[in-house]
This record gives sequence, structure tokens and C-alpha cells, in this order.
Amino acid sequence: MIDSQLLLLQVTLPLIAAPICLLIKSGRACWAIAFIVTISSFSLAAIVFSYVLTYGVLEYNFGGWVAPWGISYRVDIVNGLIALLVSAITTIVLVFARTSVSNEIKNKNQSIFYTAWLLCLAGLLGITVTGDAFNLFVFLEISSLASYVLIAFGQDRRALTASYQYLVMGTIGATFILIGVGLLYAMTGTLNMVDIAARLPQGVTNRTAQTALAFLVVGVGLKLALFPLHLWLPNAYTFAPSAVGAFLAATATKVAIYVLLRFLFTVFGFNFSFEEMPLDLIFVTLGIVAVISASAVAIFQDNVKRMFAYSSVAQIGYMIIGLGLSSKAGLTASILHLFNHAWIKGGIFLALGCVAYKLGSVRLGALAGAGYRMPWTMAAFLLAGLSLIGVPLTAGFISKWYLFEAAIEKDWWLMLIVIVMGSLLSLIYVWRVIEMAYLRRPDHEEEKSEAPLSLLLPTWVLVFASFYFGLDTRLSVGVAHKAAETLIGYSP
Amino acid sequence: MISLLFILLVPLATALAVSRLTAWPNVREAISLLSGGFLFALVLSLIPSVLDGSQPSYTIAEPIAGLPIQLRAEPLGVIFSATASFLWLVTTLYSIGYMRSHGASNQSRFYAFFAVAITSTMGVAFSANLFTLFLFYELLTFSTYPLVTHTGTVAARKAGRTYLSILLTTSMAFFLVAIVWTWNLSGTGDFKIGGILEDNATPFTIGLLYALFVFGIGKAALMPFHRWLPAAMVAPTPVSALLHAVAVVKAGVFAILKITIYIFGLDLIGETGMSTWLLWVASATIVIASLIALQQDNLKRRLAYSTVSQLSYIVMGAILANSNAILGATMHITMHAVGKITLFFCAGAILVASHKTRVSEMDGLGRRMPFTMAAFFVGAISVAGLPPLGGFWGKWHLALGSLDAGYSILVAVLMVSTLLNIAYLIPIPLRAFFFKGPSQEYCGIKEAPVACLLAMGITAFCSLVLFFYPEPLYQLVIEIVN
Repeated sequence: MIDSQLLLLQVTLPLIAAPICLLIKSGRACWAIAFIVTISSFSLAAIVFSYVLTYGVLEYNFGGWVAPWGISYRVDIVNGLIALLVSAITTIVLVFARTSVSNEIKNKNQSIFYTAWLLCLAGLLGITVTGDAFNLFVFLEISSLASYVLIAFGQDRRALTASYQYLVMGTIGATFILIGVGLLYAMTGTLNMVDIAARLPQGVTNRTAQTALAFLVVGVGLKLALFPLHLWLPNAYTFAPSAVGAFLAATATKVAIYVLLRFLFTVFGFNFSFEEMPLDLIFVTLGIVAVISASAVAIFQDNVKRMFAYSSVAQIGYMIIGLGLSSKAGLTASILHLFNHAWIKGGIFLALGCVAYKLGSVRLGALAGAGYRMPWTMAAFLLAGLSLIGVPLTAGFISKWYLFEAAIEKDWWLMLIVIVMGSLLSLIYVWRVIEMAYLRRPDHEEEKSEAPLSLLLPTWVLVFASFYFGLDTRLSVGVAHKAAETLIGYSP
Repeated sequence: MISLLFILLVPLATALAVSRLTAWPNVREAISLLSGGFLFALVLSLIPSVLDGSQPSYTIAEPIAGLPIQLRAEPLGVIFSATASFLWLVTTLYSIGYMRSHGASNQSRFYAFFAVAITSTMGVAFSANLFTLFLFYELLTFSTYPLVTHTGTVAARKAGRTYLSILLTTSMAFFLVAIVWTWNLSGTGDFKIGGILEDNATPFTIGLLYALFVFGIGKAALMPFHRWLPAAMVAPTPVSALLHAVAVVKAGVFAILKITIYIFGLDLIGETGMSTWLLWVASATIVIASLIALQQDNLKRRLAYSTVSQLSYIVMGAILANSNAILGATMHITMHAVGKITLFFCAGAILVASHKTRVSEMDGLGRRMPFTMAAFFVGAISVAGLPPLGGFWGKWHLALGSLDAGYSILVAVLMVSTLLNIAYLIPIPLRAFFFKGPSQEYCGIKEAPVACLLAMGITAFCSLVLFFYPEPLYQLVIEIVN
């Protein structure tokens, strides 16, 4: 038996460390604090995860007030996995950030940067562990506001517009979520998610519940860049500092998907979400359009970061398709892809961060001959790219395989064509970069200039993970399977 | 059995060693040669245990429950891998002469990816289930891409795109779908004598599935998915010789054979009769590709179209699915490999020695390069399938298989193809020996480097030996068809 206060610590550590960073002016010291905090968050998440793996649920009640009256944190295998994923990737990206950030951001601003980073992490972990719908909204706002700041730190002045655009869209999303939560509260008089689920009227058509669901899906859809609500994402990822792009791509959208899962399955229940409301149809349609159109748009991008930002929109499409299949297999595939894609996309954005650090630009043309100038960086990019395409032996293949199986189980053969097309389109855009890096020579021969080890090491850790989870799937598939079972099990 | 794993590790270790040894070309090539010999010996050492019926296997990992990455030695795989590893050894010898006198750049990268491609080929040969087969099949595509685009020119880039796009599109859109479907129908992907699909599917499903496999394995170059093979000819000649006459293309037809025998089972293919139309696709490929070859002036392109045509012999043998046809198809894998690689060696030698790539420029070249042209003649006879060379046996048994299945028209297709083979291959050495070329242009042309001559001598000699002693091949194939 472990102390449930660990849950609390996971969130409060970054929350307390954030203002401390603000008071210290030295960027290096701030980084050290942030690193200690994230790595302890990660260890806590690992302990909690191993606990819920054996015992199922861990709960912490604030001030000793039992669930419906007080706020409670509640972790089962689903959010245990997400918390572990988020804190692990944040730790790795933070190692990368030390060199990358001191290159991109002025020293006097670095303490603000790390403050925002820690707030964002606190928000993301808070969303993940809380069992209270309103609390979730509050943490969502904390993480969103912090991420607007983080994006605005980008060197390019367009980072400001990107951040502003995200702020407007994000606020609309947050408002929708708040309205949804408000409607639920009005209907049931409680904010605890398990309690709401128990009190929602069953078996009768309830307009308020339907409206609440609609508001929540649109609101969360904005946060997770569900097509066609993704317009903020490409600019945000492109112009944000390299480390931030990787951080947000690997964690923020994943947490948003978790929120969606939590509301659909735990709060509203499977039957209400997919049988009473036509969410399966909506998700499958939007997912297909996202996979095809975002991949197609990615092909024509000249800025490589932007290319992979669009690719993120497409990959989110796969996860949404998995959800829309509205079966246990589909849900498993969704969670699995969420898990695998975090490592893959994190690896790609870190490799691009190395490129930005050394070559100063991530435009396609600047990458000519990069395969010779930065062999380790581009090798990492190539491997992560193969994983994104879904070549066997990689994590990407495993998630596509399970998506395949889920689609066949439903006899949706057309879905196979969509998945295959998505893979082929991703092959095209990945290969545009590969060809440029390996088969073109720069206009004037330049000598080798590999990124420093402090950038390469975290990049390769993520790339290694995206292959490791293609070979040893006991953790990823096993947990995704259990998580899907848990989520569907909530339904009455 | 651990030696199966070593068969993968030996070329892989070679790749690593070779890529680190840029500064010592002699050491690098000695290592390549040694590991080629070692690999061949390893493969041969498996033959006794295959002949006594115990099929040793080795599981590497199990990423998806029920679908392990597993290797197993069975007769078909041993034949294919023995052919490929032996010819790798010979090609390494040839490459030493070719790459050096051609002054090629990035030679270490070249040898390294070459070795990775061999690893993948061995993986295809010994795969114990569909998943493993697919894994190494894709790895083979990716590892040969840098070899195809080796020169980095605009033409190479364009060819590389064709290569990758056709091979990956077919494999993902058809092959993978077929694998998932098979898995869904039978709950397994393991290769088993007699197949795993019987009682699990309707005849229509069987036919559709088989077509997905046959077209999905784009490396077999069945029309209309053959265009990647002529495109791949921009690669340096050793690549065209070993990979695009032996390893890659034969991996394709080998996969079709293996799937026919171990997934569908010979009886099932014969009974359902839903795959007859594929026979006509294969026949059409045989004839059309030969006709196209007839019009090519570029020697390597001519050879490439000839390969497209010859590959469909093997596909045809697989679809006929009786013991004679399977015997013929299997023998043709080895026989055509040995013959065609000789032709490519000659084409490369001509390029190195005289910088000529066009057939029309080769008049009278036989007087300057008699040994090369003589070897070409031997290879051409073998590829055309005439005695006294090895190529004869494959064609002979395929013809018998066609008659067994009651398709005498296919015998006619084979004969027409033989005539076309003669028409586009034999004139090349004849013109080289008997026509007179512009003499002032020819001064200074000498025979190719000794390493090249040695390599083509070995393969030409092997074609001859295989006509008189095809016995070992028979013994191995009998294990499967009975």
C-alpha cells in the first residue's frame, strides 16, 4: 500500500517550483530546478502507475473530505499511463531544452520560460490525475495559458501571432468545456466525475445531457486539434521554440485526448456517447478527413516543422478513427497509437530541433546535404520517420496493425484503404526530407557540423523508444488493452 | 537453433564493420569476402537437418501475440538462401574489380548497405511466418534504396522514387492487407505444409486473397507493377547483378512460392480454380516483357525486361501448383539467378572497360574482350533455357507442369518466350564477335579487371555444372512436393 498523497505531490511539486523559478534570475539554476522537479514527477508517476497496475485505483481526497463533497484525485490505469507518458517525455525533452533554449532564448528571459514550462507541466499532470470535472477545467486553463507563453517565446516574430491565434481558439475551447461542465453540474449537482456518471439519468432522452456532451466534445476537440478545429496547431508548433514544439506535440494533445476519453467513457458512458449520440459516425468521418487531408497538406509544406505539425493532425485522426470504431479493439488501438505516437513525434521534433540549432533553419532547402553534415541527427530523423510511416519493427507498425484488426473486426474494409493511404502519404512527406538530406548536395560544400551530445542524447532516447515499443509490446499493448477494458467497464 | 540467427548476424556484422573501415579498403574487402564464404558455409550446414525432415527454428522476438519474428529452415528457403549467399560471395569479388576501376564514391556505404540487403534476403528466405516475411521484405526495399540512388544524380533520385513508391505501395496496399486478412481468417500466419486456409474461406475469398498476395509482392514484378525494375538499373552494376537479378526479385517470387505452398497449399489453389486468370497475367508478362526487351538498346535495360519476363515463369509455376511446376519454379530461381548474374557481370565489365552501355555500339567488341563476350554467350544460352546449361531444367519442368495441369497453351508461351530470348540475347555476342566495329574507337580497350573476369567465369561455369548435376536441388524440392 502506498500513500495516496503521492498523487498530490505529482502536481504540487511543479506548481510550487514554478514561482521559485521566477525569483531566481539564472537560467541554468532554473533549468536545474525544473529538471529535479520533472524527474521526481516522473518517479512519482512510475510508482503510482505500478500501483494501479496491480490494485486498480488510487484515490486521494483533499482535506479528508470524501468524494462527492471534496475534491478528489483519482488514478486508474488509463490516467496512470498518461501521467507516466507525459512526465517521461517531459523529462527527456527537458534534457534537450537546456542547450536548445539557451541558444534560442535570452538569458534574462529563461527563468520566465522555465516558470511557464513548470506551470504547463503542472497543468497537464493536474488534468490527468484529477477526478473532478471543474478541477480539470482549472488545470486545463493553467496548462493552456502557460503554453501560450511558451509558444510566444519563439525566435520568429510570427510566434506572437501563432500564440495569439492559439489563445483565441484555446479560450473558445475552454469556454465550451466550462459550459459543458456547467450543464452537467446543473443537472446532477455534483462535479466529481464518477458521481456525475452515477447521477446522470439513464434510459431517457435528456436534452441537457446531449447538449453538455456536444459542448464538451467541441471544446476538447479544439484542444486536441481535431479536424477541422486544428487551425491553431501548425503555426503554434512551427514557430514555438524547438523544445516547446516537441513538448507540446508529445504531451498536450495526448492529454486532451485523455480528457475526451474520460468524458465519453467514464462520465457519459459508452452507450450514451456512441449509441444515443452519433459520435462514432462523426469521429470516423472527421478522422478519415483528418488523415487524408492533413497528410496531403503536409506534403506541400516547405517548412519541415510545419510539415510534421500537419502530420500530427493526421496522426490524431488515426486515434479518433480508433475511438469512432466504438469497440474495445478500436479503443485499444487508439490508446496504443496515442502512446506510440508520443515517442515518435517527440523524436522527430527533437531531431528537427537539432537541425534548427546547427543549421539555423528548418526550411526544406536548408536541409540539402544535411545527411552528411549531421549524420547522427538525420539518422535519428530517418528512423523516427520510418516509425511514423509504420514500417514493421517500429512502434508505428504495431499501432497500425491493431487499428487494422479493429477495422476488420467491424468489417470496415474501406478503413484499411484509408489507413494504407495515410501511410503512403506520410511516406511521401518523410521522403521529401530524406531525399533532400541525403541525395542533394548543398550549393557550397560545408563541413560536418553535428549537434552536441546534449541534444543528440535525448533525441536518440526517443528514437530508441519508438523502436523498442515496436519489438517489446508487453508494456504498451498490455496496458492499452487493460485501459480499454477499464474505460468500457465504466459503462453501466 | 542458433545458427539460424547467425545467418542474419553475419552479414549484419559485416555491414557494421565495413562502414567503419573506410580508410582500409583492403581490409574492408577481405572481411566482405570472408563473411560471404562463412555465410555460404552456414547455409550449407543446414542442409542435413532439412533433408532428415527436422526443421530447426529460432524465435527472435514476439511483438504481437501469436505473431513472433521467427526463423525456420525449410527446403525452399535453403535453396534460395544458398543461391543468394553463394552469389553474394561471387559478387563481392566482382565488386572489388568493378568499384575500384570505376572509381566509385562512397564505397564503404555501398558495401555496408549491400550487406544489410543480404541480411534481409536471408530473413526472407528463412521466415517462419507471414509477419516475419513481411518485415524482411520491407527491410529489403529500404536497404536497397540507397544502393539504387547511389550516384545521387537527378536520374538516380527519380528512379529511386519510382522504386520506393511502387514497391511500398503494392506491399502496403495489397500484401499487408492480405496478411491481416489471412490472420483474421485462420488465426495464424505460420507457414505450414498443406496451408492454413483450407476450411476457413470460400473459393471466392481464396481467389481474391491469392491475387492480393501475387500483386502485393511487387518484387515479383508481375505486370503492371514491374516498372520499378527497369528504373532500378541506374544503380551500379554489382547492385543490378546481385540484387535485381538475384536477391530482391527472387525474394519476390520466392515469397509467392512460399505463400502458395505453405499458406494456401497446392491442392487448394488447384481445386478452387479462382486463380486461373492470374496464369494469363503471368503469360502476358512473359511475352510482353520479352517484346519490350527486344526493343531496348541500353544493355542493362534489356536485361531488366528479360528479368521481368523470366520472373513470371516462376509466378506461373506457383499458380499451376502441381509438383512438376513447383519443381520447375524452384529450379528456375537458382538457374535463372546464375545465368542472369553472368549477363549483368558482363554488362558491367563492358561498361568499366569500354564505357559502352548501348547494344548498338558493341559491334566488334568481342575481339577486344573475348572472355567477357564468351561468358555472355554462355549466360545467354542458359537464360534462354537451352541445353547444355542449367537454365534448361527449370523450363523443362515448367513445361511438364503445364501439361500436367492441362494447359498445353502455356507450353507454347514458354516456347515463344524461348525464341524471343534468343532473339534479344544471342545477337549481342554474335555481333561482338563477327561484326566489325569502328576500329579507331576501339584502340585502348582492354579486357575487364581480373576480379571481374574471375567472377563471371565462376558463374558461367556454375551454369554448366548445374545442367549435369541438378541432383541436390531435386532432393531438396522433393521434400516439399511430396
